[in-house]
Amino acid sequence: MALAWVLPTLGLLVSSLRPAPDVARTGWWTVFANPFDLTRWTLANYRHVLGQQGLAQAFLNSFIITVPATVLPILVASFAAFAFAWLDFPGRSWLFLVVVGFLVVPLQMTFVPILKIYSETGLAGTFVGIWLAHTGYGLPFAVYLMRNFFGSLPGELFESAYIDGASPLSAFFRLALPMSTPALASLAIFQFLWVWNDLLVALIYLGGGARTGPLTLKLSSLVGSYGQEWHVLTAAAFISMLVPVALFFALQRYFVRGILAGAVKG
Amino acid sequence: MRRGGAWAWGFVAPALLLIGFYLAYPTVQTIYLSFMDRRSEHFVGLSNYVRLLTSTAMLTAFRNNLLWLVVFTAGTVGLGLLMAVLTDRVRYEAAAKALIFLPMAISFVGAGVIWKFMYAYQPPGVPQIGLANQVMVMLGQQPRGWLVERPWVNNLALIAVGVWIWTGFAMVVLSAAYKAIPKELLEAARVDGATEWQVFWRISLPVIQSTVAVVATTMIINVLKVFDIVYVMTNGNFGTEVMANRMYKEMFEYQDFGRASAIAVILFLAIVPIMLANIRRFRRQEATR
Repeated sequence: MALAWVLPTLGLLVSSLRPAPDVARTGWWTVFANPFDLTRWTLANYRHVLGQQGLAQAFLNSFIITVPATVLPILVASFAAFAFAWLDFPGRSWLFLVVVGFLVVPLQMTFVPILKIYSETGLAGTFVGIWLAHTGYGLPFAVYLMRNFFGSLPGELFESAYIDGASPLSAFFRLALPMSTPALASLAIFQFLWVWNDLLVALIYLGGGARTGPLTLKLSSLVGSYGQEWHVLTAAAFISMLVPVALFFALQRYFVRGILAGAVKG
Repeated sequence: MRRGGAWAWGFVAPALLLIGFYLAYPTVQTIYLSFMDRRSEHFVGLSNYVRLLTSTAMLTAFRNNLLWLVVFTAGTVGLGLLMAVLTDRVRYEAAAKALIFLPMAISFVGAGVIWKFMYAYQPPGVPQIGLANQVMVMLGQQPRGWLVERPWVNNLALIAVGVWIWTGFAMVVLSAAYKAIPKELLEAARVDGATEWQVFWRISLPVIQSTVAVVATTMIINVLKVFDIVYVMTNGNFGTEVMANRMYKEMFEYQDFGRASAIAVILFLAIVPIMLANIRRFRRQEATR
Protein backbone atom coordinates (compact mmCIF):
# COMPACT_ATOMS: atom_id res chain seq x y z
CA MET A 1 0.00 0.00 0.00
CA ALA A 2 2.70 2.41 1.05
CA LEU A 3 4.68 1.49 -2.05
CA ALA A 4 1.73 2.23 -4.28
CA TRP A 5 1.57 5.63 -2.60
CA VAL A 6 5.13 6.60 -3.59
CA LEU A 7 5.03 5.25 -7.14
CA PRO A 8 3.81 8.52 -8.67
CA THR A 9 6.55 10.52 -6.93
CA LEU A 10 9.16 7.94 -7.83
CA GLY A 11 8.11 8.15 -11.47
CA LEU A 12 8.59 11.90 -11.35
CA LEU A 13 12.07 11.59 -9.89
CA VAL A 14 13.19 8.94 -12.36
CA SER A 15 11.83 10.85 -15.34
CA SER A 16 13.50 14.08 -14.30
CA LEU A 17 16.84 12.27 -14.51
CA ARG A 18 16.32 10.76 -17.96
CA PRO A 19 17.30 12.25 -21.33
CA ALA A 20 14.44 14.09 -23.02
CA PRO A 21 13.94 11.73 -26.00
CA ASP A 22 13.73 8.74 -23.65
CA VAL A 23 11.14 10.41 -21.45
CA ALA A 24 8.98 11.13 -24.45
CA ARG A 25 9.29 7.67 -25.97
CA THR A 26 9.27 5.07 -23.22
CA GLY A 27 7.79 4.64 -19.76
CA TRP A 28 9.99 5.61 -16.82
CA TRP A 29 9.74 2.12 -15.35
CA THR A 30 11.76 0.74 -18.28
CA VAL A 31 15.00 2.07 -16.72
CA PHE A 32 14.75 -0.57 -14.07
CA ALA A 33 15.55 -3.19 -16.70
CA ASN A 34 19.14 -1.82 -16.81
CA PRO A 35 19.41 0.54 -13.86
CA PHE A 36 23.20 0.83 -14.15
CA ASP A 37 23.30 1.85 -17.78
CA LEU A 38 24.65 5.35 -17.18
CA THR A 39 23.88 6.61 -20.67
CA ARG A 40 20.20 6.52 -19.70
CA TRP A 41 20.66 9.03 -16.88
CA THR A 42 21.37 12.74 -17.14
CA LEU A 43 21.29 16.00 -15.20
CA ALA A 44 20.65 18.01 -18.35
CA ASN A 45 16.99 18.62 -17.47
CA TYR A 46 17.98 20.29 -14.23
CA ARG A 47 20.59 22.43 -15.91
CA HIS A 48 18.00 23.43 -18.48
CA VAL A 49 15.21 24.44 -16.09
CA LEU A 50 17.52 26.20 -13.65
CA GLY A 51 19.27 28.15 -16.39
CA GLN A 52 16.89 28.88 -19.22
CA GLN A 53 13.56 28.59 -17.46
CA GLY A 54 14.49 30.99 -14.66
CA LEU A 55 13.70 28.47 -12.00
CA ALA A 56 16.68 29.55 -9.92
CA GLN A 57 15.12 32.99 -9.51
CA ALA A 58 11.77 31.44 -8.57
CA PHE A 59 13.53 29.26 -6.01
CA LEU A 60 15.05 32.34 -4.44
CA ASN A 61 11.68 34.12 -4.52
CA SER A 62 10.07 31.23 -2.71
CA PHE A 63 12.59 31.66 0.10
CA ILE A 64 12.17 35.43 0.20
CA ILE A 65 8.41 34.96 0.51
CA THR A 66 8.37 32.03 2.88
CA VAL A 67 10.84 32.93 5.60
CA PRO A 68 9.28 36.21 6.80
CA ALA A 69 5.80 34.80 6.16
CA THR A 70 6.65 32.02 8.61
CA VAL A 71 8.34 34.05 11.35
CA LEU A 72 5.89 36.95 11.39
CA PRO A 73 2.62 35.07 12.05
CA ILE A 74 4.23 32.86 14.68
CA LEU A 75 5.47 35.87 16.61
CA VAL A 76 2.19 37.77 16.40
CA ALA A 77 0.15 34.67 17.17
CA SER A 78 2.26 33.69 20.17
CA PHE A 79 1.70 37.06 21.81
CA ALA A 80 -2.03 36.85 21.27
CA ALA A 81 -2.23 33.20 22.30
CA PHE A 82 -0.40 33.97 25.52
CA ALA A 83 -2.89 36.69 26.36
CA PHE A 84 -5.79 34.40 25.53
CA ALA A 85 -4.38 31.71 27.80
CA TRP A 86 -2.91 33.58 30.75
CA LEU A 87 -4.01 37.20 30.85
CA ASP A 88 -7.35 38.62 31.84
CA PHE A 89 -9.29 41.06 29.76
CA PRO A 90 -12.94 41.66 28.98
CA GLY A 91 -14.30 39.63 26.06
CA ARG A 92 -11.42 37.19 26.20
CA SER A 93 -13.19 33.92 25.44
CA TRP A 94 -15.56 35.58 23.04
CA LEU A 95 -12.76 37.12 21.00
CA PHE A 96 -10.89 33.83 20.94
CA LEU A 97 -13.95 32.11 19.54
CA VAL A 98 -14.18 34.72 16.79
CA VAL A 99 -10.53 34.21 15.90
CA VAL A 100 -10.98 30.45 15.70
CA GLY A 101 -14.14 30.94 13.66
CA PHE A 102 -12.06 32.61 10.94
CA LEU A 103 -10.26 29.28 10.48
CA VAL A 104 -12.98 28.18 8.12
CA VAL A 105 -13.67 31.39 6.20
CA PRO A 106 -12.65 30.60 2.63
CA LEU A 107 -9.74 32.80 1.60
CA GLN A 108 -11.66 33.45 -1.58
CA MET A 109 -13.91 35.70 0.51
CA THR A 110 -11.08 38.13 1.10
CA PHE A 111 -9.39 38.53 -2.25
CA VAL A 112 -11.50 41.17 -3.98
CA PRO A 113 -11.45 43.85 -1.25
CA ILE A 114 -7.82 43.33 -0.32
CA LEU A 115 -6.68 43.33 -3.91
CA LYS A 116 -8.44 46.68 -4.35
CA ILE A 117 -6.67 48.17 -1.35
CA TYR A 118 -3.39 46.66 -2.51
CA SER A 119 -3.59 48.17 -5.96
CA GLU A 120 -4.48 51.58 -4.54
CA THR A 121 -1.58 51.53 -2.09
CA GLY A 122 0.94 49.91 -4.43
CA LEU A 123 1.25 46.78 -2.30
CA ALA A 124 0.11 44.53 -5.14
CA GLY A 125 3.01 42.56 -6.58
CA THR A 126 5.32 43.31 -3.64
CA PHE A 127 6.88 40.94 -1.15
CA VAL A 128 5.70 43.05 1.79
CA GLY A 129 2.15 42.67 0.59
CA ILE A 130 2.34 38.92 0.42
CA TRP A 131 4.17 38.62 3.76
CA LEU A 132 1.39 40.50 5.48
CA ALA A 133 -1.32 38.56 3.66
CA HIS A 134 0.13 35.20 4.66
CA THR A 135 0.48 36.49 8.21
CA GLY A 136 -3.16 37.50 8.35
CA TYR A 137 -4.33 34.23 6.84
CA GLY A 138 -2.11 32.09 9.02
CA LEU A 139 -3.09 33.72 12.29
CA PRO A 140 -6.33 31.89 13.19
CA PHE A 141 -4.65 28.50 13.08
CA ALA A 142 -1.46 29.74 14.74
CA VAL A 143 -3.33 31.46 17.58
CA TYR A 144 -5.46 28.38 18.07
CA LEU A 145 -2.52 25.97 18.21
CA MET A 146 -0.40 28.15 20.51
CA ARG A 147 -3.28 28.95 22.82
CA ASN A 148 -3.90 25.20 23.24
CA PHE A 149 -0.26 24.69 24.09
CA PHE A 150 0.11 27.64 26.44
CA GLY A 151 -3.12 26.61 28.11
CA SER A 152 -1.57 23.26 28.98
CA LEU A 153 1.35 24.84 30.87
CA PRO A 154 1.00 24.84 34.67
CA GLY A 155 -0.56 28.04 36.01
CA GLU A 156 1.49 28.13 39.21
CA LEU A 157 4.52 28.82 37.08
CA PHE A 158 3.19 32.18 35.97
CA GLU A 159 1.78 33.04 39.37
CA SER A 160 5.13 32.58 41.08
CA ALA A 161 6.79 34.59 38.34
CA TYR A 162 4.36 37.45 38.95
CA ILE A 163 4.95 37.25 42.71
CA ASP A 164 8.65 37.60 42.01
CA GLY A 165 7.78 40.80 40.20
CA ALA A 166 7.94 39.66 36.59
CA SER A 167 5.88 41.51 34.02
CA PRO A 168 3.71 39.59 31.53
CA LEU A 169 6.30 40.47 28.91
CA SER A 170 9.11 38.75 30.76
CA ALA A 171 6.85 35.84 31.70
CA PHE A 172 6.17 35.46 27.98
CA PHE A 173 9.77 35.66 26.81
CA ARG A 174 11.47 33.91 29.74
CA LEU A 175 8.91 31.22 30.54
CA ALA A 176 6.22 30.61 27.94
CA LEU A 177 8.29 30.78 24.74
CA PRO A 178 11.24 28.64 25.88
CA MET A 179 8.87 25.97 27.13
CA SER A 180 7.00 25.89 23.83
CA THR A 181 9.74 24.74 21.48
CA PRO A 182 7.82 21.64 20.29
CA ALA A 183 4.68 23.63 19.56
CA LEU A 184 6.64 26.44 17.92
CA ALA A 185 8.53 23.93 15.80
CA SER A 186 5.44 22.18 14.53
CA LEU A 187 3.71 25.47 13.86
CA ALA A 188 6.76 26.72 11.98
CA ILE A 189 6.82 23.62 9.78
CA PHE A 190 3.14 23.98 9.07
CA GLN A 191 3.28 27.63 8.17
CA PHE A 192 6.44 27.09 6.13
CA LEU A 193 4.90 24.28 4.08
CA TRP A 194 1.67 26.12 3.60
CA VAL A 195 3.36 29.26 2.32
CA TRP A 196 5.96 27.40 0.25
CA ASN A 197 3.29 25.28 -1.41
CA ASP A 198 0.76 28.05 -1.85
CA LEU A 199 -0.32 28.93 -5.37
CA LEU A 200 -3.57 30.84 -4.97
CA VAL A 201 -2.41 33.65 -2.68
CA ALA A 202 0.71 34.21 -4.78
CA LEU A 203 -1.32 34.17 -7.97
CA ILE A 204 -3.71 36.80 -6.63
CA TYR A 205 -1.33 39.22 -4.95
CA LEU A 206 1.83 38.81 -7.00
CA GLY A 207 0.17 38.44 -10.38
CA GLY A 208 1.91 36.23 -12.93
CA GLY A 209 5.20 38.15 -12.83
CA ALA A 210 8.46 36.23 -13.22
CA ARG A 211 10.43 38.74 -11.15
CA THR A 212 8.65 38.01 -7.88
CA GLY A 213 6.85 34.74 -8.61
CA PRO A 214 7.56 31.74 -6.37
CA LEU A 215 8.19 28.21 -7.57
CA THR A 216 4.57 27.13 -7.56
CA LEU A 217 3.65 30.00 -9.86
CA LYS A 218 6.54 29.26 -12.19
CA LEU A 219 5.69 25.59 -12.24
CA SER A 220 2.05 26.15 -13.04
CA SER A 221 2.96 28.44 -15.93
CA LEU A 222 5.38 25.80 -17.21
CA VAL A 223 2.53 23.30 -17.17
CA GLY A 224 0.58 25.72 -19.34
CA SER A 225 3.31 26.34 -21.88
CA TYR A 226 5.22 23.03 -21.83
CA GLY A 227 2.23 20.71 -21.44
CA GLN A 228 3.87 17.67 -23.01
CA GLU A 229 7.55 18.41 -22.40
CA TRP A 230 7.84 16.02 -19.53
CA HIS A 231 11.59 16.33 -19.09
CA VAL A 232 11.17 20.06 -18.31
CA LEU A 233 8.13 19.60 -16.11
CA THR A 234 9.39 16.70 -14.05
CA ALA A 235 12.71 18.38 -13.28
CA ALA A 236 10.97 21.63 -12.37
CA ALA A 237 8.42 19.86 -10.19
CA PHE A 238 11.14 17.99 -8.39
CA ILE A 239 13.05 21.17 -7.65
CA SER A 240 9.90 22.70 -6.19
CA MET A 241 9.48 19.66 -3.93
CA LEU A 242 13.07 19.55 -2.75
CA VAL A 243 12.79 21.87 0.23
CA PRO A 244 9.41 20.76 1.64
CA VAL A 245 10.24 17.08 1.26
CA ALA A 246 13.65 17.51 2.91
CA LEU A 247 11.96 19.45 5.70
CA PHE A 248 9.34 16.76 5.97
CA PHE A 249 11.83 13.95 6.45
CA ALA A 250 13.99 15.95 8.83
CA LEU A 251 11.21 17.18 11.08
CA GLN A 252 8.49 14.61 10.47
CA ARG A 253 7.89 14.03 14.15
CA TYR A 254 7.08 17.68 14.86
CA PHE A 255 4.93 17.91 11.77
CA VAL A 256 2.77 14.99 12.87
CA ARG A 257 2.58 16.33 16.42
CA GLY A 258 1.40 19.66 15.06
CA ILE A 259 -1.37 18.01 13.06
CA LEU A 260 -2.51 16.10 16.10
CA ALA A 261 -2.54 19.21 18.27
CA GLY A 262 -4.55 21.03 15.64
CA ALA A 263 -6.98 18.30 14.75
CA VAL A 264 -7.56 15.86 17.57
CA LYS A 265 -7.87 18.45 20.32
CA GLY A 266 -9.89 20.64 17.97
CA MET B 1 -3.72 35.74 40.10
CA ARG B 2 -3.89 36.78 36.51
CA ARG B 3 -2.53 39.95 35.02
CA GLY B 4 -4.66 41.73 32.53
CA GLY B 5 -5.76 45.13 31.30
CA ALA B 6 -3.39 47.14 29.19
CA TRP B 7 -0.84 44.33 28.93
CA ALA B 8 -3.38 41.93 27.51
CA TRP B 9 -4.59 44.38 24.89
CA GLY B 10 -1.01 45.08 23.88
CA PHE B 11 -0.49 41.35 23.38
CA VAL B 12 -3.58 40.70 21.30
CA ALA B 13 -3.74 43.98 19.36
CA PRO B 14 -1.37 43.07 16.50
CA ALA B 15 -3.15 39.78 15.88
CA LEU B 16 -6.59 41.36 16.05
CA LEU B 17 -5.59 44.18 13.71
CA LEU B 18 -4.20 41.78 11.12
CA ILE B 19 -7.17 39.44 11.34
CA GLY B 20 -9.48 42.42 11.15
CA PHE B 21 -7.79 43.73 8.03
CA TYR B 22 -7.17 40.45 6.22
CA LEU B 23 -10.21 38.43 7.23
CA ALA B 24 -12.98 40.31 9.00
CA TYR B 25 -13.21 43.48 6.92
CA PRO B 26 -12.89 41.72 3.53
CA THR B 27 -15.55 39.18 4.49
CA VAL B 28 -18.06 41.94 5.15
CA GLN B 29 -16.92 43.91 2.12
CA THR B 30 -17.21 40.90 -0.20
CA ILE B 31 -20.79 40.30 0.87
CA TYR B 32 -21.49 43.94 0.03
CA LEU B 33 -19.68 43.78 -3.33
CA SER B 34 -21.62 40.71 -4.35
CA PHE B 35 -24.68 42.95 -4.70
CA MET B 36 -22.84 45.42 -6.94
CA ASP B 37 -22.06 45.38 -10.67
CA ARG B 38 -18.82 44.21 -12.22
CA ARG B 39 -16.90 47.37 -11.35
CA SER B 40 -18.53 47.78 -7.93
CA GLU B 41 -20.21 51.04 -8.98
CA HIS B 42 -23.92 50.34 -9.04
CA PHE B 43 -26.19 48.33 -6.84
CA VAL B 44 -27.65 45.42 -8.80
CA GLY B 45 -29.49 43.50 -6.11
CA LEU B 46 -29.51 39.78 -6.48
CA SER B 47 -28.74 39.72 -10.19
CA ASN B 48 -25.19 38.36 -9.76
CA TYR B 49 -26.61 35.46 -7.83
CA VAL B 50 -29.41 34.86 -10.29
CA ARG B 51 -26.99 34.82 -13.23
CA LEU B 52 -24.63 32.50 -11.44
CA LEU B 53 -27.30 30.07 -10.37
CA THR B 54 -28.61 29.84 -13.92
CA SER B 55 -25.34 29.70 -15.88
CA THR B 56 -24.27 26.31 -17.18
CA ALA B 57 -20.63 26.88 -16.26
CA MET B 58 -21.57 27.50 -12.64
CA LEU B 59 -23.99 24.59 -12.52
CA THR B 60 -21.19 22.31 -13.72
CA ALA B 61 -19.01 23.75 -10.98
CA PHE B 62 -21.68 23.09 -8.35
CA ARG B 63 -22.15 19.55 -9.56
CA ASN B 64 -18.43 18.91 -9.50
CA ASN B 65 -17.98 20.42 -6.04
CA LEU B 66 -20.72 18.13 -4.83
CA LEU B 67 -19.02 15.15 -6.47
CA TRP B 68 -15.74 16.17 -4.83
CA LEU B 69 -17.51 16.55 -1.52
CA VAL B 70 -18.88 13.02 -1.54
CA VAL B 71 -16.07 11.07 -3.22
CA PHE B 72 -13.15 12.99 -1.74
CA THR B 73 -14.48 12.94 1.82
CA ALA B 74 -15.45 9.28 1.68
CA GLY B 75 -12.16 8.42 -0.02
CA THR B 76 -9.84 10.20 2.40
CA VAL B 77 -11.69 9.19 5.55
CA GLY B 78 -12.25 5.60 4.38
CA LEU B 79 -8.72 5.01 3.10
CA GLY B 80 -7.24 6.90 6.05
CA LEU B 81 -9.12 4.69 8.46
CA LEU B 82 -8.15 1.55 6.60
CA MET B 83 -4.50 2.52 6.62
CA ALA B 84 -4.59 3.56 10.25
CA VAL B 85 -5.82 0.07 11.15
CA LEU B 86 -3.51 -1.75 8.74
CA THR B 87 -0.33 0.14 9.59
CA ASP B 88 -1.01 -0.55 13.25
CA ARG B 89 -0.12 -4.16 12.57
CA VAL B 90 2.87 -4.03 10.25
CA ARG B 91 6.46 -4.08 11.42
CA TYR B 92 7.62 -1.04 9.52
CA GLU B 93 4.81 1.14 10.78
CA ALA B 94 6.79 4.39 10.96
CA ALA B 95 8.26 4.01 7.47
CA ALA B 96 4.96 3.01 5.88
CA LYS B 97 3.20 5.95 7.49
CA ALA B 98 5.90 8.38 6.40
CA LEU B 99 5.54 7.28 2.79
CA ILE B 100 1.77 7.60 2.80
CA PHE B 101 2.01 10.93 4.54
CA LEU B 102 4.65 12.28 2.18
CA PRO B 103 2.31 13.86 -0.39
CA MET B 104 1.20 16.31 2.32
CA ALA B 105 4.61 17.96 1.95
CA ILE B 106 4.30 18.27 -1.81
CA SER B 107 2.54 21.30 -3.20
CA PHE B 108 -0.74 20.83 -5.03
CA VAL B 109 0.98 22.18 -8.10
CA GLY B 110 3.74 19.61 -7.78
CA ALA B 111 1.15 16.91 -7.26
CA GLY B 112 -0.66 18.20 -10.34
CA VAL B 113 2.46 17.70 -12.46
CA ILE B 114 3.10 14.28 -10.96
CA TRP B 115 -0.39 13.12 -11.79
CA LYS B 116 -0.61 14.70 -15.21
CA PHE B 117 2.38 12.53 -15.95
CA MET B 118 0.67 9.49 -14.41
CA TYR B 119 -2.32 10.10 -16.65
CA ALA B 120 -0.30 10.88 -19.80
CA TYR B 121 -1.93 9.47 -22.93
CA GLN B 122 -0.29 7.91 -25.98
CA PRO B 123 -2.29 6.44 -28.84
CA PRO B 124 -2.81 2.66 -28.75
CA GLY B 125 0.10 0.69 -30.20
CA VAL B 126 2.74 3.22 -29.12
CA PRO B 127 4.57 2.58 -25.81
CA GLN B 128 2.75 4.36 -22.99
CA ILE B 129 4.69 6.78 -20.79
CA GLY B 130 1.96 7.31 -18.21
CA LEU B 131 1.70 4.61 -15.59
CA ALA B 132 -2.11 4.66 -15.50
CA ASN B 133 -2.37 3.82 -19.18
CA GLN B 134 0.46 1.30 -19.01
CA VAL B 135 -1.58 -0.57 -16.43
CA MET B 136 -4.60 -0.38 -18.72
CA VAL B 137 -2.57 -1.82 -21.61
CA MET B 138 -1.22 -4.58 -19.40
CA LEU B 139 -4.78 -5.45 -18.46
CA GLY B 140 -5.57 -5.74 -22.15
CA GLN B 141 -7.58 -2.50 -22.29
CA GLN B 142 -7.30 0.53 -24.56
CA PRO B 143 -5.39 3.52 -23.12
CA ARG B 144 -7.76 6.30 -22.04
CA GLY B 145 -7.56 10.06 -22.02
CA TRP B 146 -8.09 10.28 -18.27
CA LEU B 147 -8.31 14.03 -18.09
CA VAL B 148 -10.55 14.64 -21.08
CA GLU B 149 -13.18 11.92 -20.79
CA ARG B 150 -16.21 13.60 -19.35
CA PRO B 151 -18.20 13.78 -17.26
CA TRP B 152 -17.07 11.19 -14.73
CA VAL B 153 -13.68 9.77 -15.65
CA ASN B 154 -11.85 13.09 -15.61
CA ASN B 155 -13.51 14.40 -12.47
CA LEU B 156 -12.78 11.18 -10.64
CA ALA B 157 -9.20 11.31 -11.94
CA LEU B 158 -8.78 14.76 -10.38
CA ILE B 159 -10.41 13.69 -7.14
CA ALA B 160 -8.00 10.75 -6.95
CA VAL B 161 -5.16 13.28 -6.83
CA GLY B 162 -6.80 15.04 -3.90
CA VAL B 163 -7.29 11.76 -2.11
CA TRP B 164 -3.67 10.84 -2.75
CA ILE B 165 -2.57 14.07 -1.07
CA TRP B 166 -4.90 14.10 1.93
CA THR B 167 -5.21 10.44 2.94
CA GLY B 168 -1.97 10.68 4.91
CA PHE B 169 -3.42 13.46 7.02
CA ALA B 170 -6.56 11.47 7.75
CA MET B 171 -4.46 8.41 8.54
CA VAL B 172 -2.24 10.20 11.06
CA VAL B 173 -5.14 11.70 12.99
CA LEU B 174 -7.25 8.56 12.92
CA SER B 175 -4.33 6.38 13.84
CA ALA B 176 -3.67 8.48 16.95
CA ALA B 177 -7.27 8.01 18.00
CA TYR B 178 -7.15 4.31 17.16
CA LYS B 179 -4.09 3.79 19.32
CA ALA B 180 -5.82 5.50 22.22
CA ILE B 181 -8.55 2.85 22.34
CA PRO B 182 -7.97 0.77 25.50
CA LYS B 183 -6.53 -2.53 24.29
CA GLU B 184 -8.42 -4.47 27.01
CA LEU B 185 -11.67 -3.40 25.37
CA LEU B 186 -10.67 -4.98 22.06
CA GLU B 187 -9.22 -8.06 23.73
CA ALA B 188 -12.36 -8.59 25.76
CA ALA B 189 -14.45 -8.55 22.60
CA ARG B 190 -12.08 -10.98 20.87
CA VAL B 191 -12.18 -13.32 23.85
CA ASP B 192 -15.97 -13.21 23.67
CA GLY B 193 -15.67 -14.52 20.15
CA ALA B 194 -16.17 -11.39 18.06
CA THR B 195 -14.59 -11.45 14.60
CA GLU B 196 -12.09 -8.74 13.64
CA TRP B 197 -14.78 -7.27 11.42
CA GLN B 198 -17.24 -7.01 14.33
CA VAL B 199 -14.58 -5.63 16.65
CA PHE B 200 -13.91 -2.88 14.17
CA TRP B 201 -17.52 -1.92 13.40
CA ARG B 202 -19.01 -2.38 16.86
CA ILE B 203 -16.18 -1.19 19.09
CA SER B 204 -13.30 0.63 17.41
CA LEU B 205 -15.40 2.78 15.14
CA PRO B 206 -17.90 3.98 17.78
CA VAL B 207 -15.05 4.85 20.16
CA ILE B 208 -13.19 7.01 17.65
CA GLN B 209 -16.40 8.39 16.15
CA SER B 210 -15.75 12.00 17.20
CA THR B 211 -12.29 11.96 15.63
CA VAL B 212 -13.78 10.63 12.42
CA ALA B 213 -16.20 13.56 12.54
CA VAL B 214 -13.32 16.02 12.99
CA VAL B 215 -11.42 14.57 10.05
CA ALA B 216 -14.51 14.54 7.85
CA THR B 217 -15.21 18.18 8.77
CA THR B 218 -11.67 19.18 7.86
CA MET B 219 -11.99 17.37 4.55
CA ILE B 220 -15.31 19.00 3.71
CA ILE B 221 -13.87 22.43 4.37
CA ASN B 222 -10.87 21.56 2.22
CA VAL B 223 -12.94 20.25 -0.60
CA LEU B 224 -15.16 23.29 -0.93
CA LYS B 225 -12.11 25.44 -1.50
CA VAL B 226 -10.33 23.06 -3.88
CA PHE B 227 -8.48 25.10 -6.47
CA ASP B 228 -4.86 24.30 -7.25
CA ILE B 229 -5.36 20.76 -8.52
CA VAL B 230 -8.02 21.76 -11.00
CA TYR B 231 -6.27 24.98 -12.01
CA VAL B 232 -3.03 23.18 -12.85
CA MET B 233 -4.36 19.99 -14.38
CA THR B 234 -7.32 21.03 -16.52
CA ASN B 235 -8.09 24.66 -15.62
CA GLY B 236 -11.70 23.61 -15.47
CA ASN B 237 -11.87 22.50 -19.09
CA PHE B 238 -13.67 19.36 -20.28
CA GLY B 239 -16.39 19.81 -17.68
CA THR B 240 -14.14 19.73 -14.61
CA GLU B 241 -14.84 23.27 -13.38
CA VAL B 242 -15.08 23.89 -9.63
CA MET B 243 -16.31 26.94 -7.76
CA ALA B 244 -12.95 28.30 -6.62
CA ASN B 245 -11.48 28.09 -10.11
CA ARG B 246 -14.58 29.71 -11.56
CA MET B 247 -14.21 32.57 -9.12
CA TYR B 248 -10.61 33.09 -10.18
CA LYS B 249 -11.75 33.26 -13.81
CA GLU B 250 -14.55 35.73 -13.10
CA MET B 251 -12.07 37.90 -11.25
CA PHE B 252 -9.12 37.94 -13.65
CA GLU B 253 -10.37 36.81 -17.03
CA TYR B 254 -13.72 38.59 -17.07
CA GLN B 255 -12.85 41.30 -14.54
CA ASP B 256 -16.25 40.90 -12.94
CA PHE B 257 -15.80 41.63 -9.26
CA GLY B 258 -19.51 41.44 -8.54
CA ARG B 259 -19.84 37.88 -9.72
CA ALA B 260 -16.52 36.81 -8.26
CA SER B 261 -17.70 38.12 -4.89
CA ALA B 262 -21.02 36.35 -5.24
CA ILE B 263 -19.23 33.02 -5.80
CA ALA B 264 -17.15 33.64 -2.69
CA VAL B 265 -20.32 34.31 -0.71
CA ILE B 266 -21.94 31.10 -1.96
CA LEU B 267 -18.81 29.23 -0.94
CA PHE B 268 -18.98 30.89 2.45
CA LEU B 269 -22.65 30.06 2.92
CA ALA B 270 -21.85 26.42 2.24
CA ILE B 271 -19.26 26.48 5.00
CA VAL B 272 -21.28 28.37 7.63
CA PRO B 273 -23.24 25.34 8.91
CA ILE B 274 -19.99 23.41 9.33
CA MET B 275 -18.46 26.38 11.13
CA LEU B 276 -21.42 26.64 13.53
CA ALA B 277 -21.22 22.94 14.32
CA ASN B 278 -17.52 23.37 15.02
CA ILE B 279 -18.03 26.31 17.34
CA ARG B 280 -20.65 24.36 19.28
CA ARG B 281 -18.34 21.42 19.62
CA PHE B 282 -15.50 23.71 20.67
CA ARG B 283 -17.68 25.36 23.34
CA ARG B 284 -18.68 21.99 24.74
CA GLN B 285 -15.07 21.00 24.90
CA GLU B 286 -14.00 24.21 26.62
CA ALA B 287 -16.78 23.71 29.16
CA THR B 288 -15.35 20.33 30.12
CA ARG B 289 -11.76 21.56 30.26
